[in-house]
Amino acid sequence: MTTTLAEPQVALPELKTIEKVAIIISHGSLEGVYPGLIMANGARMEGIDADVFFTFFGLDAIRKDHIDQIKVATVGNPAMHMPALIGVLPGMSAMATHMMKREMEKLDIPPIGEFIELLADSGANLYACKASVDMFHLTADDFVPQVKGILTVGEFYELAAGAQIIFT
Amino acid sequence: MTLALKPTYTDVDVDAEGFLTKPEQWDEDIALEIARANGIDPLTDRHWQVVRFMRDTYLQTGNAPTIRTLGKASGVPVKELYQLFPKGPAKLAAKIAGIPKPRGCI
Repeated sequence: MTTTLAEPQVALPELKTIEKVAIIISHGSLEGVYPGLIMANGARMEGIDADVFFTFFGLDAIRKDHIDQIKVATVGNPAMHMPALIGVLPGMSAMATHMMKREMEKLDIPPIGEFIELLADSGANLYACKASVDMFHLTADDFVPQVKGILTVGEFYELAAGAQIIFT
Repeated sequence: MTLALKPTYTDVDVDAEGFLTKPEQWDEDIALEIARANGIDPLTDRHWQVVRFMRDTYLQTGNAPTIRTLGKASGVPVKELYQLFPKGPAKLAAKIAGIPKPRGCI
């Protein structure tokens, strides 16, 4: 005699789309800044709301005086496949940065200053982290005009309610 | 009596998301129909400017323009692009323009 086993009752997770992302950019190198910018822009392109929070050296990406000087880290970056002693040579970081920027331009990825403008125009909200701003003795005047404000962590979490938080 | 109806959005080849897979099946009536189905009604001259730029670029280069290029070269700035196509200008304009879904990350 055969018995039929009861169908296992498994609740399938409800398929939901992402409505909002909150992206934290914490590094100040070229390879530290771009992924967060690309993800934020990609979110807006899909009609997803995006808040971007710049913290620690990530602040360089929105600082008027540093925004055009962001470079690839050639030291302490094993993925460069470059002996550490070569990476420290003068000009290595500038050269790697130049090469990478050239490749990105081919893909129509804008320089960081233009990318920040593109994000703001796309409706992404850009914020600086208050603890980092205080640590580096900065004020709102040090940032590009696209930055909407300086927020505490608590204020950021409040703003990010309902968002997927992405730390880069 | 049967009328020789023009092809409409429902009888052109589309992918699962509604992008035309054969751009040559597109015409302006289909564009209007796709726009309406995606909440854009009416399709203004400014919309058309973006849609035509999208389609021309695709037909000339084989690729849809990025949002950066759209903002710089279509004659419609990025801010306005997002007002015209709130749910994502590049993809929605491509859909209305009857070209395949853009697969670029920018």
